[in-house]
Amino acid sequence: MSAVSNEIEIIDDPGAPAHVPRAADLNPRSEKRAEQQVAILFGLSGVGSLLLIYSYVFVADDIFIFIPIMGNQNAHQLGLGIGMAMSLFFLGMAAVHWAKTLMPETEIVNHRHEFRSSDEDRADFVKTVKDGVAGVQLGRRKLIKRSLAASLGLFALPPVLLLRDLGPLPKKQLEMTSWKAGTRLVTDPGNRPILASDLEVGSVVQTLPAIAEGTERLLSDIAKDPVLLIRLRPEDFQLTPEKFAMTHEGIIAFSKICSHMGCAVALYEQQTKHLLCPCHQSTFDVTRGAKVIFGPAARPLPQLDITVDAEGYLVARAPFNEPVGPSFWERNSQ
Amino acid sequence: MTTAEKRLGTVANYVDERTGAAGWMKKSLTKVFPDHWSFMLGEVCMYSFVILLLSGTFLTLWFDPSQREVVYEGVYEPLKGLKMSAAYASTLDISFEVRGGLLMRQIHHWAANIFMAAIVAHLLRVFFTGAFRKPREFNWILGILLVTLGLVEGLFGYSLPDDLLSGTGLRITSAIIQAIPLVGTYISFFLFGGAFPGVGFIPRIFTLHVLLIPGAFLAVITIHVMLVWYQKHTQFPGPGKTEKNVVGQPILPVYMAKAGGFFFIVFGITAFLGAVASINPIWLYGPYNPGQISAGSQPDWYMGWLDGLVRMAPPLETHAFGHTISWNILIPALIVPGILFTGMALYPFIESWITGDKREHHLLDRPRNVPNRTALGVMSITFVLISLINGGNDIFATVFDLSINQIMWFSRIAIFILPPLAFVITKRLCLSLQRADRDLVLHGRETGRLVRMPSGEFVEVHEEITPQERWTLTSHEQQPALELSETDSRGVRRPGGFKNKIRVRLSKAHAVSVPKVTAQELKEIEHH
Amino acid sequence: MKHLSRYRRHRAAAPLLLIIALLGIGTTFNVASATIKSTPNTFSRSAAIDEGKQIFLKGCSSCHGLNAEGGAIAPSLIGVGAASVDFQVGTGRMPMADMSTQAARKAPVYDARETAALAAYVASLAPGPAIPGDEVLNYERDGNTAEGGELFRNNCAMCHNFAGQGGALTQGKYAPTLMGVEPKYIYEALITGPQSMPVFSDKTLTPEEKLSVIKWIKAAEAEPNLGGATMGRIGPVTEGLLTWVLGLGLLIAVAVWLTTKAR
Repeated sequence: MSAVSNEIEIIDDPGAPAHVPRAADLNPRSEKRAEQQVAILFGLSGVGSLLLIYSYVFVADDIFIFIPIMGNQNAHQLGLGIGMAMSLFFLGMAAVHWAKTLMPETEIVNHRHEFRSSDEDRADFVKTVKDGVAGVQLGRRKLIKRSLAASLGLFALPPVLLLRDLGPLPKKQLEMTSWKAGTRLVTDPGNRPILASDLEVGSVVQTLPAIAEGTERLLSDIAKDPVLLIRLRPEDFQLTPEKFAMTHEGIIAFSKICSHMGCAVALYEQQTKHLLCPCHQSTFDVTRGAKVIFGPAARPLPQLDITVDAEGYLVARAPFNEPVGPSFWERNSQ
Repeated sequence: MTTAEKRLGTVANYVDERTGAAGWMKKSLTKVFPDHWSFMLGEVCMYSFVILLLSGTFLTLWFDPSQREVVYEGVYEPLKGLKMSAAYASTLDISFEVRGGLLMRQIHHWAANIFMAAIVAHLLRVFFTGAFRKPREFNWILGILLVTLGLVEGLFGYSLPDDLLSGTGLRITSAIIQAIPLVGTYISFFLFGGAFPGVGFIPRIFTLHVLLIPGAFLAVITIHVMLVWYQKHTQFPGPGKTEKNVVGQPILPVYMAKAGGFFFIVFGITAFLGAVASINPIWLYGPYNPGQISAGSQPDWYMGWLDGLVRMAPPLETHAFGHTISWNILIPALIVPGILFTGMALYPFIESWITGDKREHHLLDRPRNVPNRTALGVMSITFVLISLINGGNDIFATVFDLSINQIMWFSRIAIFILPPLAFVITKRLCLSLQRADRDLVLHGRETGRLVRMPSGEFVEVHEEITPQERWTLTSHEQQPALELSETDSRGVRRPGGFKNKIRVRLSKAHAVSVPKVTAQELKEIEHH
Repeated sequence: MKHLSRYRRHRAAAPLLLIIALLGIGTTFNVASATIKSTPNTFSRSAAIDEGKQIFLKGCSSCHGLNAEGGAIAPSLIGVGAASVDFQVGTGRMPMADMSTQAARKAPVYDARETAALAAYVASLAPGPAIPGDEVLNYERDGNTAEGGELFRNNCAMCHNFAGQGGALTQGKYAPTLMGVEPKYIYEALITGPQSMPVFSDKTLTPEEKLSVIKWIKAAEAEPNLGGATMGRIGPVTEGLLTWVLGLGLLIAVAVWLTTKAR
């Protein structure tokens, strides 16, 4: 095995094989049969079109028929679709079959030419371009050259500037959520405040910050605010004292927005006490303050400091002490 | 002359007197197109694109690209009374209240999936047969541009209905944008019109999805096809086929009938899928809410490999000077695909640098005859396939009773081990196939018939192959490796010696092959 | 067979085989689901407790301890309530056949009467969630489908998938499909939190809300295939597979036919 040179005697090209006529070229009966086949295919296409029209006009959209493998199917939708598929498919099949069996099929040889232009043409081209460029006199007219460059530079700015109003500046929006000290945690959906005693050990609740009566939540708030409440036995925690102080009677609250790419992390496994994000499978250990134990997420889920208010309802003791959700350049993660 | 002919003649005369089109048309109509099934893959792409335009236009007639909140009052009971965006509500209406609407939505989505699949298949065909070589490098780059446009266009289409799945996709898109150092947060806020999910994204990507990107597509596809037309199609080697000719059926009538018919066949098969197989049942996903998620949230297949890469990324972030850099997002979602696509676009130039071959090529390579390139292709496919499998690891875990953690660890290790292994195996396989070709030319085909010789020994009868087959198996050229001397003609050491060393080494690896049969050898064997 | 083998090298053989193989794959998508009927219990309470204790000692105590206090491999059953026993034993998850990562649903080992007896025994150990009666489970009357869908997507879809088809959890565990699961068992699972599943307390997910969730699940289960075969309702993975195998497969088959010379 080695690199081989091309300077060897190669085997001769025997040339294109002899033309073999088709059955339809030789036998009138085959020709007739091919013609009939094409006609049948066109006919099937027509049947498809009729099926489509029939299904559109006469088949109600609440009729269901059972078809093996596929299950209960909507007859209207299926009729339209199969009709359309037939009408298109067989039209194409007919045309191709026609071309294959009956149209002249001798192969034709075209010749190629090299794409490179002739030397004269190239020389002419170079001369034309040179003359043209010389006529512009950019080399001589320094003032024009400089002012042109300056104006072109400035000219590029307005188009970019015009896109400025696409959206507001980020400011501190990504760092903030609606949680404030004393905000009640309410069920999502339902907006009911939650007593600590409402949660049994092993239970989980999806919550949002309470909002004033009659106001609407913005989706951009729901993209940052959701909090997952989980109740464990207090002795199950292996938290630092600060983090443990943020829990309340075994109830711990985490941002439900993944610290990786912002999906809702809500797959809570009660026995292992792990939280799993279904998007990229980052796994967080609830007992250790949502520490990442598997997957691509690099930071634990932010923990919300919770307590109860005078009426015994769960509230945030303080806002989140770090931005929730995916990382961004301006985020101070230290 | 019949009346019909006379009438056509009048029209033709009218047009030609004003455009002089007859001369050009005459040449074009006898243009030939070689026949091979793999040459139809590009047509599948183009036809799918037309199907996408047609079905997409139908959908725009009812689709309301707005994030305005509405209360659903349509016919689909399980969503009645829920708040949702007008985009989602109108997609439900298209599905349930416009006759044929659901069919069109499904045709549109299947066509998009097939479009991307056919693009990839077409790209692989062009790669493995070396059709990207001079003079077709431009068209290769345009092709890479089309894949990239397709990825973006597909992602936007997937995002428009504003259901739970597409919203999740957008959430991830916004996280990728946010991860870009320095400007990411700003770009994200400008694109979405504020903090995610913002107020403006659906109408904005709608305009991009139905106007800007299809327009770009149309322009690039036109140039892509016109270049094929102008440069004439490549052809597989075979008897009577040379670098100087192209053998096939003329445009009129056979190719036109076949290609025209094939459009309807592609449309028909897409419609068949739209009729019998449900795709993206948005009514089951529910309206998008950033606080909700479904198990097994995946992108469409052509983005699945990127999602798979993101899933297997290590948990790396740099926290310094009050800033955060998310390598766990940047590497899999931007850097690796960036390298992959740039490498792909530059490949024709890299290969020609390695081989030193600057000639035009119109005859295709049989993949086995260029083991290095074929192995590189299979290696890349392996890489993408592992990523793709990891992108669906939760589905594979439930279907095959595996653990997502196992699949993830498998992928994390396999992504480094299997592609190089695939390279080595493929290269060996190519060389074995070359050896088999050589044996076939020298000794003919095994017939399985045993004959007893007078001496009592049994031998298998070998059937000689035809001269046409022999030509097909031996007509390829086997280029020698580059030889670059370290010194120039005057004995002075050349600059860039290291670069040359690499080039020579690569060239050597590229030129490895089993020597093909020469006429000399064949003669010798005939004398025996 | 000889007749057939003649066609083995036929041009259409490969595409045909592909189509046959595809049909084969298609049929395997048909997933059967077992349904289990339960009969009402009509026997005296203390007798039931006694009978339950006997069954417990024979069938459960080796893992859960002689007094249901739990052991190294099985949790304590004191205070889990009758609902938990009814769910675990009624769906065949308990007794576990082997020490796999997760107890799977299978045909129950004990009949309705024995299950009721076991439940009565465990309930007698300490108070816990009771088995919901038919009056409680009237989801058709007390539930709301659309609201149930909203609750489902907030509380259930992340594990059980958007259409209740189930999904993967960590280390080979999984959330099972909810299709074909009796309303009683769904309700019991919600209030007892079996295996990996957390508990959904009545205060945070009210009984009416639970019924709404059940009503939505039943609606999803009964929903006919509106747009054609569903391929499992598990999202884009099967869609992508079908694109390549059936979509591109058919197109290439036609392209091969189109470019071969007619005879």
